[in-house]
Amino acid sequence: MKNRTTAERKSERELVVTRTFNVPARIVFEAWTTPKLLKLWWVPKSAGVSLLSCEADVRVGGRYRFEIGHETSKSMAFFGRYIEVTPHSRLVWTNEESDEGAVTTVTFEEEGGKTLLVLHELYPTKEALDRATAGMEEGMLESFEQLEELLVTLGASVGRS
Amino acid sequence: MVQYIRNRLDASFAALSDATRRGVLEQLGRADASITELAEKFHMTLTGMKKHVGVLEQAGLVTTEKVGRVRTCKLGVRRLEEEATWIERYRQLWEARFDELDKVVEELKRKEKVDGRKKRE
Repeated sequence: MKNRTTAERKSERELVVTRTFNVPARIVFEAWTTPKLLKLWWVPKSAGVSLLSCEADVRVGGRYRFEIGHETSKSMAFFGRYIEVTPHSRLVWTNEESDEGAVTTVTFEEEGGKTLLVLHELYPTKEALDRATAGMEEGMLESFEQLEELLVTLGASVGRS
Repeated sequence: MVQYIRNRLDASFAALSDATRRGVLEQLGRADASITELAEKFHMTLTGMKKHVGVLEQAGLVTTEKVGRVRTCKLGVRRLEEEATWIERYRQLWEARFDELDKVVEELKRKEKVDGRKKRE
């Protein structure tokens, strides 16, 4: 059985994601810091796009650049630099696509051969976080839309009576 | 995720099964109102109206805010819907990534074991 992934907004400017992996920290760390391994998982198959290129010079001051898209259409690039690299326990990088980019900290805590991964994103402002997550609201959940329609219909019918 | 929506919908539909509560929603659709105003409008005791509003609040259909001694009620469905949507989508993105990462690290672990055995032989 796979482990649970949790996501939470910790404050106006922070998002935190956690997941436990059933392997030692050095293995998880290796998968985060080796470009040819990163390439295997950073863009999940279910996303419907592919990782066109993946460069990551994982050392303090080193740069990363991921290009995501379809072969034929325009791609999107994600880039920034690593500001902290502590083998098997901690990675910190910046995002330099705009001045609203988050600073991401990933920690790897090993216990009993398993690794708790905590990913923390800190945005410069509340507005930056809101804008970054606004895209995720696209495509509202159908069930909630149906519920809302029901409420509108209900309101209208009660109003008429 | 599906379970979460289902639970929310169950609570919502249960809340909607009562005529008074449907009336309260309809009323709040026109304007925000205090519990006292709602109780008067529906010829109920304050305690009775508090219970109804509590059920609607639990279902995420109404939000309330107390200012001084007055508790004001307003329709709450949109805000909750958005909250559930983006944070859940964000979680799902990471979950999809981590499911792939799981495969990668399990494969690395397997290789390590095989290599370890080879070295010992």
